[in-house]
Amino acid sequence: MAMTITEKILAKAAGKKEVSPGQNLWLNVDVLMTHDVCGPPTFQIWKREFGEKARIWDKNKLVIFPDHYIFTSDVHANRNVNILRKFAKDYQLPNYYDVGSERYKGVCHIALAEEGFNLPGTVLIGTDSHTCTAGAFGLFATGVGNTDAAFILGTGKIWEKAPESMKFIFEGSVPQYLTAKDLILQILGDITTDGATYRAMEFDGEAVRSLNIDERMTLTNMAVEAGGMNGIIAADEVTRAYLAERTSKPFEEFQSDPDANYHSVYEYDVGKIEPLVAKPHSPDNRDTVRNVRGTKITKCYIGSCTGGKFTDFKNAALILKGREVRVPTFIIPASPSVAKRLQTETIDGKTIEEILADAGCTIAPPSCAACLGGPADTVGRSVDHDVVISTTNRNFPGRMGSKKAEVYLASPLTVAASAVTGVITDPREFL
Amino acid sequence: MQKIIKGPAYVLGDNIDTDQIIPAEHLVYSLSDPEESKKYGHFAFSGVPPAKAGLPDGGIRFIEGDNNRSKYNIIIGGSNFGCGSSREHAPFALRMAGVQVVVAESYARIFYRNSVDGGFIIPLESVGKINDRIKTGDPVQIDLANQTLTRLSDGQQFSLKHPGDVLPIIEAGGLFAYARKSGMIG
Ligand code: SF4
Repeated sequence: MAMTITEKILAKAAGKKEVSPGQNLWLNVDVLMTHDVCGPPTFQIWKREFGEKARIWDKNKLVIFPDHYIFTSDVHANRNVNILRKFAKDYQLPNYYDVGSERYKGVCHIALAEEGFNLPGTVLIGTDSHTCTAGAFGLFATGVGNTDAAFILGTGKIWEKAPESMKFIFEGSVPQYLTAKDLILQILGDITTDGATYRAMEFDGEAVRSLNIDERMTLTNMAVEAGGMNGIIAADEVTRAYLAERTSKPFEEFQSDPDANYHSVYEYDVGKIEPLVAKPHSPDNRDTVRNVRGTKITKCYIGSCTGGKFTDFKNAALILKGREVRVPTFIIPASPSVAKRLQTETIDGKTIEEILADAGCTIAPPSCAACLGGPADTVGRSVDHDVVISTTNRNFPGRMGSKKAEVYLASPLTVAASAVTGVITDPREFL
Repeated sequence: MQKIIKGPAYVLGDNIDTDQIIPAEHLVYSLSDPEESKKYGHFAFSGVPPAKAGLPDGGIRFIEGDNNRSKYNIIIGGSNFGCGSSREHAPFALRMAGVQVVVAESYARIFYRNSVDGGFIIPLESVGKINDRIKTGDPVQIDLANQTLTRLSDGQQFSLKHPGDVLPIIEAGGLFAYARKSGMIG
């Protein structure tokens, strides 16, 4: 039977020859990831349900990143990190990356990639909706809540209904003014925030193949914004090269069969797509930058697992080089490793960090920061009637702090162009 | 599992995301401490913009004053209920506020799983849109065995969808209870 890549991976994880959409499956989990917001309640449920003799099914498969509320004086938030720390110590967990230590890795989804946990053909489950990001490596990755995670922690298993797949094919070569963010905003506008609910979103085509891992992760990251169970891009030479630098663990690659069944197939010519935004207050509220240009903004934000990767800042720097920002602009690298690259990689003899600092940006330490609002002292948090343009993934009311604020989602190129002018600006004006 | 659930309905629109159900700034409270966890009830739906809170008129508070519980035990929503972050705090907050059932046109996957697997609330799907047929405060009755919702003022009935394969988990009261019952875990 012809199967999609998602169906093949699920079949393997369920110990079956084949699976078809709608089938209920018990999957063996390869990696369970959690963080400071959902880790503590997950451990608590696990202890409550499995009792004092509770055992972790496989310590090597549990990965914990404090990343959400970490640089704050909020006592409750700090307590959460202390719970993680103690848990990691009590159970001697090999994959705990403590904040304030050399092991700190930043935003979980980017850290998973950088630390070599994203292996093609595997099943990776996380207590975070953007766990689908890891699908950029040709694996099945999806988010769950604390109860499901506690169940995995004790058993290594999760139930899932095999999803139908939707395919998104991007052909052509990606113009300089376009990024993966524009491509995913295009899809979101077309299918809306529940257009892929309970489904797999598979990305393919010449344009997708030309994207580096950073950009691929932007596509899969926002699959959940369409309600998708997972986003996935089959592994190829780009994936293998990225992994070769980070892990020596073996993995198995899967490809969709040419005659596999899809719920729907969307084809795009990237040459016909222009820079896009999602207007307040929904990621599917798509418009062209051209149509909203001139909208006054009060803040710019470049960061998060969606828009805080090295490639995102490099793109922003292409526009900010030799220019100055007109509104407060926040730079929050997703990980220390991204932050370090900003200090070492150069454009025309200047490091990217210098370019951004000289332009007047505020550069903060790596974390989730204001992507999800966070405690009152979070850097970049929106206040009052802020109008923000941001490279993050959600612009629901209050997501970045103030309920009265308006957030536009856009590519780092568009955010950088807007930072320079103080109004929403098409990056083509600067490229 | 209780088969008939009655009470006043609280009506919301489409795309009620988890930040509206429980804003991210409140996620720091303990879910297990009996006193502290009441805060989740207190802040339930506090992220819904006032104009959209309690349709059709809006401006109706889900939680009044200092209360931790709501007088509404049944929520009627539109499409894509519970979209956004994976926080299990969302169905937990509703449970703490006293919600028993949510009836929506459709759900985001993680919220639906969390509701069922954690046994916090019963998420049911309406057949078609009904959040424009019920007003906040309308007394309604839900019959779980026959999958119907009745508007008690005039007896008008609306059909609900059968929960399918997850019904045994709902009936058991959550994933762990189900796994124990079926012998998966000891
Ligand atoms: S950066 Fe934002 S979207 Fe990504 S994990 Fe952190 S809070 Fe979630």
